[in-house]
Amino acid sequence: MKGLTVGKAVTALMLAGLVLLPLYSQLTGNVFILTLFPRIIILALAAASLNLIMGFGGMMSFGHAAYLGIGGYAVGMLAQEGVGSGFVQFPIALAASAAYALVIGALSLRTRGVYFIMITLAFAQMAYYVASGLARYGGDDGLTIYKRSDFAGLIDLGNRTQFYYLCLACLLGVVFLIWRIVNSRFGLVVQGLRSNEQRMQAIGFPAKRYQLVCFVISGTMCGLAGALLANNTDFVSPAVMYWTRSGDLMVMVILGGMGTLFGPIIGAVVFLLLEEFLSQITEYWALIMGPLLLLIVLFGRGGIMGLLGRAGRG
Amino acid sequence: MLLVVEQFLNGLQFGLLLFLLAAGLTLVFGIMDLVNLAHGSLYMMGAYFAATFAAWTGSFLAGALMALGATLVLGIALEVTALRHLYGRDHLDHVLATFGLILFFNEAVRLIWGPAGLALPLPAWLTVPVPILPGIHYPAYRLAIIIVALLVALLLYLGVMRTRIGMLIRAGASNREMIGALGINIKLLYTLVFGLGAALAGLAGLMQAPILTVQIGMGENILILAFVIIVIGGIGSIRGAFLAAIFVGMIDTLGRAFLPNLLRQVLSGAAASTAAPALSSMLIYLLMAIVLVVRPEGLFPANRR
Repeated sequence: MKGLTVGKAVTALMLAGLVLLPLYSQLTGNVFILTLFPRIIILALAAASLNLIMGFGGMMSFGHAAYLGIGGYAVGMLAQEGVGSGFVQFPIALAASAAYALVIGALSLRTRGVYFIMITLAFAQMAYYVASGLARYGGDDGLTIYKRSDFAGLIDLGNRTQFYYLCLACLLGVVFLIWRIVNSRFGLVVQGLRSNEQRMQAIGFPAKRYQLVCFVISGTMCGLAGALLANNTDFVSPAVMYWTRSGDLMVMVILGGMGTLFGPIIGAVVFLLLEEFLSQITEYWALIMGPLLLLIVLFGRGGIMGLLGRAGRG
Repeated sequence: MLLVVEQFLNGLQFGLLLFLLAAGLTLVFGIMDLVNLAHGSLYMMGAYFAATFAAWTGSFLAGALMALGATLVLGIALEVTALRHLYGRDHLDHVLATFGLILFFNEAVRLIWGPAGLALPLPAWLTVPVPILPGIHYPAYRLAIIIVALLVALLLYLGVMRTRIGMLIRAGASNREMIGALGINIKLLYTLVFGLGAALAGLAGLMQAPILTVQIGMGENILILAFVIIVIGGIGSIRGAFLAAIFVGMIDTLGRAFLPNLLRQVLSGAAASTAAPALSSMLIYLLMAIVLVVRPEGLFPANRR
């Protein structure tokens, strides 16, 4: 399977496109594309983090949007309290996401299968309700962030191009990290647990501990996406944690190809562009998107990456 | 005293309503091994159908009955066209496919009925307060919900435990190949079970409709509660769903009613009024967490496999 496959070619093309996007925007004067794409890249990061536990670890978390909210609220709440430095905001956002993932993971990993799906879902809803109850930080209406994270002049998050490249760098960094994790001894154990937990335990690996660490890493990565997302929209509200958001993330992973390194990113780009495109044709775009999802699940095994792989062989 | 009794009954009423929803969800999961996120959409459709048919016929009861039939038909149509193809597939596939159905249903409702909510007015004979204890009155409609839901629970229990169809359903739940080999039309049986689950969701929706406004996405919040219930009760167990539903309904209602005052006893006024709403909506999730720590399979796991 070495050499140039269709999947690799498409991935390389997409990455080149993402790197050159600001240049394209400047040449054509299309500013809109630089407001649309940071969001796509940030959600691709979130999808990639979900893929780490779902695709490689076999843990179907249906509450991943909670970390988007926690990372976002960490930035928003600190900004509200007058702490504007990104060097404080981002580490706290990551730490808060990690802490939440540790608690939720420790509880949820006591169960498996469909219980796990529902429990992660319910805990994320809990986070949603807690955020809705935070009267000091906007409650239901959400929290406006008046000043983006301040990185002491190193990066200006208010500058579109710089912010875009920051997001892209974070995405590529996370993908690199996932690649390293997946190919490490730790990653192999986690993937072994996905295939056969009993056997791995019999060999002597403490299954839950490995899975929990993986769960926490994934949650922390998604918290980074949350902190970036809050800076992108200058706003954070409980809605980013709503369970349909978690569903969207899951769909991106599956659409692109679960358990592949770049699949979730392709999935996020396609899903969000499709959403953008369909909503320009009709305001009832979900009427098309819904059945489309159903068809993808029924007939599109392996997502876009799987499709590209088959196209390459055929 | 009055308030306590009233809130207690409200909790019971809410719990029974949740049971109707959770029963359908856990029936479909327990027997067909299908995770149906679109169950909340069927609840929503029940409410929309009831509001529409009641306005057409000018009768609440006729509207409710027609809505019940309509959700049954809708459920059967859904099973035949889409969900049938998902049996035996991964649970993740179920989650995604039915997530797509939620998007579809919400948007279809927006297209047909418009973005504004509907109201389902009650007939005069259901709005009167009924004396239940000396000096204590309770709204007739909420009492009617309690009675109808209890009746349905009883019928469901008898139907599953005492009839031939119920016997086949239970047999199908434990071994679908065997029951098929005995010459039973398992396909038809599954379609009927799904229709029954849909009708239960529709019933919950149409009964809740006069209390809340009928609106897009109304099924989603309550669906999460139904999940919590079947996780606490043990997936696939109707008995577990019943007890957990009542428990959750009570805790949710009583928590919202009394927690703010309780907190005010120990915290300052400002802190209490900040913490109370968040804490009371968290209560049932805390309950779920505790149950899971003690019994990961739920309180009454159905003994499958």
